[in-house]
Amino acid sequence: MMLEIKNLHARLADGREILKGIDLSVAAGEVHAIMGPNGSGKSTLAAVLAGREGYEITEGSVRYQGRDLLAMAADERAREGVFLAFQYPVEIPGVNNTYFLRAAVNAQRRHRGDPELDAGQFLRLVRATLKLLDIGDDLLQRAVNVGFSGGEKKRNEIFQMAMLEPRLAILDETDSGLDIDALRTVARGVNGLRSPDRAIVMITHYKRLLDYVEPDYVHVLQDGRIIQSGDKDLAAELEQRGYGTFADAMGGDAA
Amino acid sequence: MSASLDTQNTVRELSQEGYKYGFVTDIEADTAPPGLDESTVRFISAKKEEPEWLLDWRLAAFRAWREMTEPDWAKVNVAPIDYQAATYYSAPKQSAGPKSLDEVDPELLAMYEKLGIPLRERAALAGVELAGVAVDAVFDSVSVATTFKKELGELGIIFCSFGEAVREHPELVRRYLGTVVPQNDNFFAALNSAVFSDGSFAYIPPGVRCPMELSTYFRINAAKTGQFERTLLIADKGSYVSYLEGCTAPQRDENQLHAAVVELIAHEDAQIKYSTVQNWYPGDAEGKGGIYNFVTKRGACRGARSKISWTQVETGSAITWKYPSCILEGDDSVGEFYSVAITNNRQQADTGTKMIHIGKNTSSTIISKGISAGRGQNTYRGLVRIQPRAHGARNYTQCDSLLIGDRCGAHTVPYIEVRNPSARVEHEATTSKISDDQLFYCRQRGLSDEDALSLIVNGFCKEVLKELPMEFAVEAQKLLAVSLEGSVG
Ligand SMILES: Nc1ncnc2c1ncn2[C@@H]1O[C@H](COP(=O)(O)OP(=O)(O)O)[C@@H](O)[C@H]1O
Ligand SMILES: [Mg+2]
Repeated sequence: MMLEIKNLHARLADGREILKGIDLSVAAGEVHAIMGPNGSGKSTLAAVLAGREGYEITEGSVRYQGRDLLAMAADERAREGVFLAFQYPVEIPGVNNTYFLRAAVNAQRRHRGDPELDAGQFLRLVRATLKLLDIGDDLLQRAVNVGFSGGEKKRNEIFQMAMLEPRLAILDETDSGLDIDALRTVARGVNGLRSPDRAIVMITHYKRLLDYVEPDYVHVLQDGRIIQSGDKDLAAELEQRGYGTFADAMGGDAA
Repeated sequence: MSASLDTQNTVRELSQEGYKYGFVTDIEADTAPPGLDESTVRFISAKKEEPEWLLDWRLAAFRAWREMTEPDWAKVNVAPIDYQAATYYSAPKQSAGPKSLDEVDPELLAMYEKLGIPLRERAALAGVELAGVAVDAVFDSVSVATTFKKELGELGIIFCSFGEAVREHPELVRRYLGTVVPQNDNFFAALNSAVFSDGSFAYIPPGVRCPMELSTYFRINAAKTGQFERTLLIADKGSYVSYLEGCTAPQRDENQLHAAVVELIAHEDAQIKYSTVQNWYPGDAEGKGGIYNFVTKRGACRGARSKISWTQVETGSAITWKYPSCILEGDDSVGEFYSVAITNNRQQADTGTKMIHIGKNTSSTIISKGISAGRGQNTYRGLVRIQPRAHGARNYTQCDSLLIGDRCGAHTVPYIEVRNPSARVEHEATTSKISDDQLFYCRQRGLSDEDALSLIVNGFCKEVLKELPMEFAVEAQKLLAVSLEGSVG
C-alpha cells in the first residue's frame, strides 16, 4: 500500500481537535479525490501528511510504503517521494526559482544515491518538463513565487511536482481560482504523473478538475472525518446536492 | 569499534566547524612589552626605522588620543578595555623584511595555506579558488608578503605593505596619510594613528585599470595583541581598482582588539571598489572571547565623477563598530554602501555608513541587510548629509532586517540632514522574520533545515552578495551558512 491512514486524530497547540479519526488507503496507481467544505480539515490532513510542525497526533497511524510516515522528518518525507502542492505557496524573496528547484532535485538525488545534476543537465530537464506541461519559461528567472499571480503560483507548484516526480503527490486545492487554461496545465501535470507506481491525492472544492483528471475514488471530508467514499459519480452527486445535505444525511454536526 | 571511532572524529570535526580558523600558529615573535605610553609609540616607530615626520605624526595622534574617551553612543555593550594590558606590537621574528617568498617562515606559509590564501605566485594557482588575486598578508602586526608585485609594477601600480611604502614612496604616503581620516578623528582612529604597525598601500596611476583584485588578509595570531593596521589606497585620475579584505583570528577566551583605519582616495573619474568579508572569531555561544572590531573606514571622492563603493559581509567579531563612509566632494561623484551583517549567539554589531554630499549632483546608495539570530543584536546606523552646495544630490537608502528566533534584536537608526532643498533623499526600512511557512516550504521540497535557512538568508542578502567579486561571493555564502549554524530547529 502506498499510503495507509488509520484512525488519525490531530489537534492544534490550543487543543482544538481538527482531524477526528481519518481512515484512508491509497494504493499505487490510484488517484483519490478528497472533497469537503471549507474548514473541514483538508489542508490540515495534507499538512500532517507532509510533516508540518504544530500539530499533535493524539491517535492513529500513517504508513507510507510500509514505513511509519509520522516518524520521519518533513524533509525526509519529501526526499522519500512525498510531494505537497501547497494551497498557498509561499514567497522566498531573492531566491531564484530555477536555483531553488535545482537544490530540491539534487537533495533528492543525493538521498537516492544518484549523481547530482549540473546546471546544463538540469536545464535540459527543465526545458523538457516545460514542454510536456506546455508552459512558458517566464517563471524560471524570477524569485520563488514572488509577485506571481495566483495562477502562476499554482502552475509553479505543478512544474515543481513534474520535476520532482514524487511517489505520492498531494495537491491541496491546486485547481482553485484557475482559469480554464491553467486548469488544463494542472490536469496535464497530474495525468502525466499517473503511473502504476505512483499515487495521487487531490484535494478539491469543485468537480471541475475531476472532469479533466478522472479519479478512481472520491471521499467526502467533513468536520475532520471521512463521511462518505465512492467513485467519480459521488463528485457529481455532491455538486448537485451540496455538502450540507450530505452532512444532514449522515447526521454530521457541521454548522 | 570503527563505527565509534568514526563518530568521535565526526564530533570533533563538527565542534571545530564552529570556527575553523581558530588555530594558533607557533612562531617566534618580536613583541613590545605590554602597555601604552610615548615610549611604546617610539618603540614601534624605531622598530620600523621610520622617518622623523612619521614619528611626529604618531606622537601627535597619541597626544590627541590621551585626551579622548571611548565613544559610547553605539548600541553595543563593551566590557571595559584595559589599554595598558594590551600589546601593541608583535612581529614574526625575521632578519629584516623578507625579500621574497622563499625567505618567509614556512610555518607562516603553511598557515596561510590553511586559510586558503594563495600566497605563492605560481601559475599553478590558476585552479585555486582565489586565483588571479594579488595578496598582501598581514600577520599580527606586519605585512609578510605581497604577491604579484612584478606584474603590477609593470603597469606602474604600487601594491605593498605600508611599511615598505613609507620607505619606497614617502612622498605619496606623506601627501595622503591622514587626509581622509585625521589623527584625531575619533578615539579608535587616534589610537591606530599612534601605534599602527603595518598594513597595505596601493596606488593606481592615471588611466590604469588594475587587472586583478588586490587583496589583504589580516590575521591576529599572538595572544593579547591588538591589531592596528592602516590601509591607504589611492586611485589616480581615470583609474579603477577592486580591493578585497579578509580576516581571521585564533579562538581565544579573552577579547582581542582590532582597530584599523582604511583611507581611500579617488581622483577624477576614478573608481574604487572595496570589499570586505569579515570573519573574525565571534566568541563562543556564551559570549566569551572574540574580537572587538572597531574600525574606521572612509573614502574621499575627491574628483568629479569619481566613485567609491563599499561592500561588506560582516559575520564575525564579538562586537563590530564600523561605518565605511564616503565623502562626495567631486561633482557627480557616487558613493555606494552594500552591507550584510550577521549577529548570532551574543554577537553585537553597530554598523552602517556615512554619505556626506558636498559636490553637485552627487549620489549615494545604501543597501543594508542585517540578520539577527540567537541573542544577537544588530544595529544599522547611517548618516546622510546633504551640504548646502550639493545641488541635485540624491540618496537612496534601504535597510532590511531579518530576525531568526525571538531573542535577538534589530535596530535601525537613520540620521538624515538635508541642507539643500533640491536634494532627494529616500529611505526604506523593513523588518521581517523567517517564517515557519518559508522553512516548511523548503523542507517539503527536500531541503534540510540548514540548507533551507541558508537559502532563505542568501536570498535576503542577494542584492549585496551580487556586488562581491565572484570568488568572494561563494565564500561569503558558505560563511553565512556557518555563522547561522544551530539557529533553527
Ligand atoms: N495552524 C493552524 N492554526 C490555527 N487554526 C488552524 C490551523 N490549521 C488549521 N486550523 C483550523 O482548522 C480548521 C480546519 O482547517 P483546514 O484544514 O485549513 O480546512 P480546509 O482545508 O478543509 O478548508 C479550521 O477551523 C482552521 O481554522
Ligand atoms: Mg484548505
